[in-house]
Amino acid sequence: MRRTLLAVGFAVALGAAAALPSAATAQEKPQYGGVLTYLIPAEAPPSFDGHRESTYATVHSVAPYYSVLMRVDPEDPANTTKFVCDLCTALPTISDGGKTYTFKIRTDAKFHDGSPLTAKDVAASWHEIIFPRPGVLSARQNWYELVSSVEAPDDTTVVFKLKYSTSTFLPSLADPYAFIYPARILEKDPHWFEKNVLGSGPFKFVSYQIGQEIKGEKNKDYYHKGLPYLDGIIGIYAPKQAVQIDALRADRAAIEFRGYPPSAINQMKQELGDKIVIKSSDWNCGNLITPNARRKPFDDVRVRKALLLAIDQWHGAPALAKIADVRTVGGIVFPGSPLAATKAELQKMAGFWPDIEKSRAEARKLLKEAGQEHLHFTLLNRNVDQPYKYVGTWLISEWAKIGVTATQRVVPTGPWFQAMRSGDFDVVVEANCNSIVNPVLDVQKYLPHDVFGENYGGYSDPTEAKIYDEMLHETDFAKQRVLMRKFETRIIDTEAHEFPMLWWYRNVPFRSYVHGWKIGPSHYINQDLSDIWLSKH
Amino acid sequence: MWRYIVKRVLLTIPTLIGAAILVFTLMRLIPGDICVIRLGSGGGQFDERAVTACHIQLGLNKPILVQLFDFIWGFFHLDFGISMWSGHPVITEIAARLPVSLEIALLATVVAILIAIPLGTISALKQNTWIDVVVRTVAIGGIATPSFWIGILSILLVLNVTSAITGSPWMPPINYVPIWQAPLQNLAMVFLPALTVGYRYAAVSMRMTRSAMLEVLREDYIRTARAKGLVHRIIINRHALKNALLPVVTVIGIEFAFLIGGLVVTEQVFNLNGIGRLFVQAVQNQDYTLTQALVMLTVTVFVLTNLVVDILYAWLDPRIRFN
Repeated sequence: MRRTLLAVGFAVALGAAAALPSAATAQEKPQYGGVLTYLIPAEAPPSFDGHRESTYATVHSVAPYYSVLMRVDPEDPANTTKFVCDLCTALPTISDGGKTYTFKIRTDAKFHDGSPLTAKDVAASWHEIIFPRPGVLSARQNWYELVSSVEAPDDTTVVFKLKYSTSTFLPSLADPYAFIYPARILEKDPHWFEKNVLGSGPFKFVSYQIGQEIKGEKNKDYYHKGLPYLDGIIGIYAPKQAVQIDALRADRAAIEFRGYPPSAINQMKQELGDKIVIKSSDWNCGNLITPNARRKPFDDVRVRKALLLAIDQWHGAPALAKIADVRTVGGIVFPGSPLAATKAELQKMAGFWPDIEKSRAEARKLLKEAGQEHLHFTLLNRNVDQPYKYVGTWLISEWAKIGVTATQRVVPTGPWFQAMRSGDFDVVVEANCNSIVNPVLDVQKYLPHDVFGENYGGYSDPTEAKIYDEMLHETDFAKQRVLMRKFETRIIDTEAHEFPMLWWYRNVPFRSYVHGWKIGPSHYINQDLSDIWLSKH
Repeated sequence: MWRYIVKRVLLTIPTLIGAAILVFTLMRLIPGDICVIRLGSGGGQFDERAVTACHIQLGLNKPILVQLFDFIWGFFHLDFGISMWSGHPVITEIAARLPVSLEIALLATVVAILIAIPLGTISALKQNTWIDVVVRTVAIGGIATPSFWIGILSILLVLNVTSAITGSPWMPPINYVPIWQAPLQNLAMVFLPALTVGYRYAAVSMRMTRSAMLEVLREDYIRTARAKGLVHRIIINRHALKNALLPVVTVIGIEFAFLIGGLVVTEQVFNLNGIGRLFVQAVQNQDYTLTQALVMLTVTVFVLTNLVVDILYAWLDPRIRFN
């Protein structure tokens, strides 16, 4: 089983490597000291409880104060298949035909109040995530449907028992929100962590001013010896992009971890020259276009497919990348993943054909057959500039090229969700944005509504659901990849249920005296800040 | 006078109840769900069971009339409840932002009064001269230009000027510190917003001062005062200005109340964590309890400001209380 899991690409590098400080090069010898002031590009987080929240405002605020069981390798966060231990000491022992995962937990970890962190705390935290008590929210509970139990038989062992063997489990354990809380507090009051912070991470919580700033200081007892480098951290809440850019320019803050569109990056480069460094990465987020199959004429696959065939992603990508947070053409799987379609595989599917003229001719033919040559409809979009409105506006011009008229209706987040959930739309610009790259779970969004509640396409497709089920249970990478292609082809090429658009792209600027932080494909991951050091205090 | 005050105070009660019912109803007419926004606005997948648990936790499963009764009962007991978004008491949420908004409003009012009353008076006294033209132009400019735009320009100006002079751009701090903790940092942060808001505020008050003064200066009692040989300064300060200030006080009062919760964009431009920003956030998040409390706070401030203005009127002009 162990060999099988490695074969699916999850090269889990664990234990000793994770316990060492950053492998800094000779030129970049880390320095200790200093306080990092960073921007949190959001309003105050709804709460500090990672288990219940799904906003980056929570992760960017409190991830430095917490430990997790496993995580993306902070030395190589761009690698979508490499996970390392944080609190565990070694690769889990997998037994019982891939249904039992046994972790050994390190013995030198302490909570910030001085109490020891044991396997009981790890098991209690994961138990609350997987089996929340009534009245307790667990935002990602559905990721762990396959878990039948989580237990700590002793102070150094945690055992997860699964209902079936699957390759999705290990990456899902690296969820950056899965903070480990002290079991004794969790048992008494599971809501305590909504307003309080008590973890075992590289920094100790010092103070919080609602919606203003959050401060932490170095945890001198941190179990990853030699870390963190910084004496302290200050996160300043600044939701407006203009303020953030001015703050970076005037050195009121040294870094913002989410990212900016190209225009802002160019402006900063021009104004700050070598005082600013930019790191860029594909982003595990993308827009998808969902026609409402409950409404005519979008119940007709010919109409849906025509809309898909009209879009020229290959030529649109470089143009849009100049003005919006998008760049890479891809299918339903994050392009950096081994499970993603290659360019050749993509180009076989509708919407990705290399010859756009042929594609649009086919689109016009299909519309004519469906009696929808002069189709008019409303494109529902979310009132968020980057990249929703840019993508929406571009799509309208693409559809106009086959004689289709779309009118964009941009609404705030609340009404946008309400319209999707009640089926009150023609076609909608949605998004699928995930933290850990875990393709088989990430593509659940494309499952029919009767299987996955947060699919808004309004279609039912037992064939598609069956392929997914096979893929979920398949642990052989090669076979899983074949099934993923079948699943993707069904959604895009055969049924045109939904159309994945260009994948987003992160550009993270920071002052040149900030070192050690490495960019990954998500703004949720690698946020404990323990590797960051400053060459100017 | 007392009878007049009691009558005005009693009139505030139906006003507040009406406002409470209106805001409660309007909030629930906006499509959307705080739990879905909370779980899904990041673009990630979420669990429907979490939405249900969230509804129960926030009391959104209770009958609507029960929710309305709880709200009105709470308001009159000064219990605004818990923010649905953050779980903090609404009072804590407001208290965290009120000092910022109050400080900006007070400083802007000082700026406005210092500019508006002298310039408005001079403009009236020098009617149709070049001084009057300049003052009126400045006033029209202030009304026509949004504060936030002046704010953006002022930040850019500071950044560019400091960059040109020192080689490294400087801007005011973006995290608020109370004045008693770090006076310099506090003033550095609030100076520009107070100035930009105060300019617009001054422009409105300046025009009002000018027109009220022009009206009063044509009154018979001013002519009488001049005829009996009173000193010009006494005529202006004691007889003209005091009477002309009636409408100016009204404008200043209403503007002050507006500033407490109305600086939505300006607060965002200067990263001020004030009541205006909280307001927008509460509406966007569909945080019913917080929005309701903020609306009621604003309504109460308006009602009380108007009450104070009415009482000031009665004090400044005895004819009002006798009528």
